[in-house]
Amino acid sequence: MSLWEYANPKKFMGWTGPVLPWAFWTAGICLVVGLFWGFFLTPDDYRQGSTVKIIYLHVPSALMAINAWMMMLVASLIWLVRRHHVSALAAKAAAPVGITMTLIALMTGAIWGQPMWGTYWAWDPRLTSFLILFLFYLGYMALWAAIDDPDTAADLTSVLCIVGSVFALLSRYAVNFWNQGLHQGASLSLDKEENVSDVFFFPLLVCIAGFVLLFVALVLLRTRTEIRARRLRALQLREVRT
Amino acid sequence: MIPDLGKYGFEVASAYAVSIVLLFAIVGLSWRQSVKQRRALEAAEARRHG
Repeated sequence: MSLWEYANPKKFMGWTGPVLPWAFWTAGICLVVGLFWGFFLTPDDYRQGSTVKIIYLHVPSALMAINAWMMMLVASLIWLVRRHHVSALAAKAAAPVGITMTLIALMTGAIWGQPMWGTYWAWDPRLTSFLILFLFYLGYMALWAAIDDPDTAADLTSVLCIVGSVFALLSRYAVNFWNQGLHQGASLSLDKEENVSDVFFFPLLVCIAGFVLLFVALVLLRTRTEIRARRLRALQLREVRT
Repeated sequence: MIPDLGKYGFEVASAYAVSIVLLFAIVGLSWRQSVKQRRALEAAEARRHG
């Protein structure tokens, strides 16, 4: 059987039904364990004090804000190339989850920035590109809501998604591109010198797993809702005609 | 049990509070929309078959 068959709406509803509770439960367990470990069982940083505990929310949410847009980009390209309806609906379903992650990253970043940098906000390359990404999420969701015909909406939002992916990438690599501003480089790195200390790294890894799983669970749930909404709309149109 | 957050207690607590509220909001909203849509579809299919 081809991989594409799993994305057939009926098959998709079939396999995602049993997967969903598992995804939500494992996401919940990872988040509770990771946040508990990070908040209660890790020491303060010698420079940042207890504010280092914000890392368990800020880094995973920022990571998912960018990766959610990348997932939307892949789904949009599949829609544009293969006209696969479930992929367009999955991209639409991911946007509210992505914007929530972006909002968490922006707000926890601002709260963290005040004691460390002396300001909630600075027009730093990474912060600015993240704010633009947030605006792209808003625009993407508004465009879906503004167009009645679902195929036209999917086409136009896919194009917007491709354009926005420049800012998603920019927000990831802004620190490296400009090498200026207040924001530090990556907290996670294969380079041992650059990576956060092990005492913070392992609970952070559990929190990242929790955020990834929560994102997957929410996108599956919301895609199922979108598939049902489309089916409902088709039935209502049929009722009106008869 | 509760760690001493020192002078940054308010910042750390508010970062956690904001994030947890937003996470619960997106989960709750998604769940509500899912239940609402499923019920509406079930009703429409019942009308169609009945």
